[in-house]
Amino acid sequence: MSKYYLTHLQELESEAIYVIREVVAQFDRPAILFSGGKDSIVVTHLARKAFYPARIPMPLIHIDTGHNFIETMEFRDNLVDELGIQLIVGSVQTAIDKGRAVEEEGINASRNELQIVSLLDAIEENKIDAAIGGARRDEEKARAKERFFSHRDDFGQWDPKNQRPELWNMFNGHKRMGEHFRVFPISNWTEMDVWNYILHENIPIPSLYFAHEREAVYRDGTWLPNSEFLVLREGEKIEKKRMRFRTLGDITITGGIESDADTLEKIVEEISATRSTERGNRSDDKRSDTSMEDRKKQGYF
Amino acid sequence: MELLRFTTAGSVDDGKSTLIGRLLYDSKSIFEDQIEAVKKSSERKGLTHVDLSLLTDGLRSEREQGITIDVAYRYFATPKRKFIIADTPGHIQYTRNMVTGASTANLALVLVDARHGVIEQTCRHSFIASLLKIPHVIVCINKMDLVDFSEQAYNKVVEEYEAFASKLDITDIRYIPISALNGDNVVNRSENMDWYKGASLLDTLETIHISSDQNHIDARFPVQTVIRPHQDEYHDYRAYAGRVAGGIFRTGDEVTVLPSGLTSKIKSITTFDGDIDEAFSPMSVSINLEDDIDVSRGDMIVKTNNEPEVGQDLNVLLCWMATKPPRPGAKYYLKSTTNEVMAIIKEVTYKININTMEKLDEDTSIKMNDMAMVKMRTTRPLVYDEYRKNRITGSLILIDDTTNETVAAGTIHS
Ligand SMILES: Nc1nc2c(ncn2[C@@H]2O[C@H](COP(=O)(O)OP(=O)(O)OP(=O)(O)O)[C@@H](O)[C@H]2O)c(=O)[nH]1
Ligand SMILES: [Mg+2]
Repeated sequence: MSKYYLTHLQELESEAIYVIREVVAQFDRPAILFSGGKDSIVVTHLARKAFYPARIPMPLIHIDTGHNFIETMEFRDNLVDELGIQLIVGSVQTAIDKGRAVEEEGINASRNELQIVSLLDAIEENKIDAAIGGARRDEEKARAKERFFSHRDDFGQWDPKNQRPELWNMFNGHKRMGEHFRVFPISNWTEMDVWNYILHENIPIPSLYFAHEREAVYRDGTWLPNSEFLVLREGEKIEKKRMRFRTLGDITITGGIESDADTLEKIVEEISATRSTERGNRSDDKRSDTSMEDRKKQGYF
Repeated sequence: MELLRFTTAGSVDDGKSTLIGRLLYDSKSIFEDQIEAVKKSSERKGLTHVDLSLLTDGLRSEREQGITIDVAYRYFATPKRKFIIADTPGHIQYTRNMVTGASTANLALVLVDARHGVIEQTCRHSFIASLLKIPHVIVCINKMDLVDFSEQAYNKVVEEYEAFASKLDITDIRYIPISALNGDNVVNRSENMDWYKGASLLDTLETIHISSDQNHIDARFPVQTVIRPHQDEYHDYRAYAGRVAGGIFRTGDEVTVLPSGLTSKIKSITTFDGDIDEAFSPMSVSINLEDDIDVSRGDMIVKTNNEPEVGQDLNVLLCWMATKPPRPGAKYYLKSTTNEVMAIIKEVTYKININTMEKLDEDTSIKMNDMAMVKMRTTRPLVYDEYRKNRITGSLILIDDTTNETVAAGTIHS
C-alpha cells in the first residue's frame, strides 16, 4: 500500500476540521455547544486543531440545567481558561424563574426537554447563526438522517422531511434573518471512533468517565447517581458501586454502568465488548420509539 | 484501518435497507437494545420475522410507510476495514436523495430483485453511479430465496445487467447472489447456492482495492479561510487553511494562486501536531507561503505547471433537485469547492433520458430529478477541473437566491 493514505481516524479528523472551518468561513457568529460530555470535548479539541496556532475563533455555549455533576462544571471552567475563549451560559433555572419554561412534575420529571427553551434563548440573545454540536449519526436512528449543516427555521425547528441535499463536500449555509444552523462535524464518527481518538490524542476528559466509587440507585436497568435531586421510589435503596458513565448529561437522567475501567485503554477495551448502545442508559430516549425525532423537531441538540 | 464509503442503489422494495440491516446484524455491529427495539416494532406491525429495514428507516413517516425517504448513514467496522454506508431511497420521487448518498461514495451496491430482473430504476441508479464516477459497483441479485436459489435465474439477471452496463462508464462491476432477508452470501457464504464460487458480500467489501481511487497527481488546495492569530507571538503569521483536494504538496514547491495567477513557494505546511513535509488528499492542513501575496477564501493554490481550468463559461451536467423548475434567466449562487459566484443557465443543450441514456434535444424543459447538460455563465472566473479528473474540484451545487434551497447538483464537463 502507498504511504499516501489516511487511516480512518485521520480521515474522520480531517473531515471534521474541514467542516468546522467551513462554519467559521460561512457564518458571522458561530458557537460551539458544549455539554461537558466526551463528544463536545472532542469537537472543541478539533476546533483547536482547525485554527492552530490561533485561538478558537468562537465562544462555547453551555446549557446549564441546574442539575449538574460538579466534575463537569469544574472541567468546563478549566477548559475555557486554558483555551482563552468566551463562555456563554444558558440557564434552565432562569428560564423557569422567568416563566419561560415549566418544570415537569411526577416521578420521571427531568429538565431535559426544558433545555430546548434555554438553548433557543441563548442562540437568539447572542445572535448565534451556527451552533456546532457533537451529535453523531450512530447515536440514534433519527440522528442517522441528520445533515452536517442542519437548517433550523426561525422557531429553531427541524423539518426532517425537507432537508437540503448535501452533495460531495459542499455545505449550503444560506439562510434568512432569524434562522440558524446546527452543524455536526463528527456526524460520521461512532462511539468507538470517539474513544479511540481520545486515546490516540490523549485528550483530557472528566473523571466521571473513569471507574470510581459512587452512591447510586438501580433503576430501569442502569445505575442512577445519588444527588440532591434524586427522589427514591418504594423499594429502592442507595448502594455504593464501582461505576463509570458512558455519556454525560443532566445528573438526573444519566445512568452509569458497573465498571472497573479506570484508564482510557480499559475503556476502549470495555466498549468494544459491550452489546448495548450508550444511549441505552438514557431514560429520555426510552419515552417512545420516535422520541428523539420529536425532540429534535422542536429544536433539541 | 482504511475507510470505505459505499451507497445502496436499486428500485423500491429490492431490499436495500434490509441488506444493510443484515450486514450490520451479521457482522455483530448491532447492539442488543437496538435489535430488541426492532423486534418489538416488528411485532407491533404484525410481522412474523424481524424487519431489519427498521434499523435504518428511522423517521416516523418511513416506519409507517415501510419505505426509505431520506438517506440514512450507518457505520460498521470489521478488523479489516471501517465502513460508512449511505442507505438511499429507491422511490423515483426521491432520486435526489440517492444522488446525495452517491456523491461521496467509492462503491455502490446495486440491488436487483431476482424475480423482476433489471428494471427502469436499476438502470437509472446505475447510470447515476456512472455519472458520479463511483469507481466500484457490486450488483447484488437479491431475494434468491424466492427463486429457489436458482443459478439460471441468477445468470439471467447477470446477462441483462451486463448488456446494459456495457453502455456505462464503470470499470469494476461484480455480481453476487444473495438473500438479504435470510443472510445468504451477505456475511457468510450460502449453503443454498453451492454453484456460486465467489466471495460473500462482506468479504468483497473488505478486500476490494480502493487505495488507488485517490488522485495523487494533480495538486489542488482550495482555501477555506485565512488563519491570522491576534496574539503578539504570532504578529506577522498568516496561513491558508484548507483540505487538499488532490495531489501532493511539499515544502519548497512552486505554487500558483488561482484565479489571480500570483506565484510563490510553500514555506511550511502546518498542523496542530507540528509542521509536516508533505500533505496529500484528503488532509486538512494550513499552508504558509514565502511571499506576502493576496490569497483569500475561494482561491485555489495549485502546483505551478499543473494547473486547472479557469473560466466563466461551463458545460455542466445538472441533476435538478427542486420541485420547481429553473426560472428562465434567473441567477443562482454557484458553489464549487470553497468558491461561490453567481451564475445563469444560458441554454439547455440536451436532456438525458436516464432509462435509455438517450440524449433528448427537443424537450429541454427541466423538472425535478431530471439530468440535463447545460451551458452556464458565471459572473466571476471559476477555478475547476473536469469532473472525471477530480470529483471535488469538478463538482458544483446551485442555490436559489430567493429560497436558499440547494436546487441542483452538477458535474463539470468542460
Ligand atoms: N423473501 C425475501 N424478501 C426480502 C429480501 N430482502 C428484502 N425483502 C423484503 O422486501 C421488502 C422491501 O425491503 P426493504 O429493505 O424495505 O427495501 P428497500 O430497497 O430498502 O426499499 P426502499 O428503500 O423503499 O426503496 C421487505 O418486506 C423485505 O422484508 C430477501 O432476500 N428475500
Ligand atoms: Mg430502504
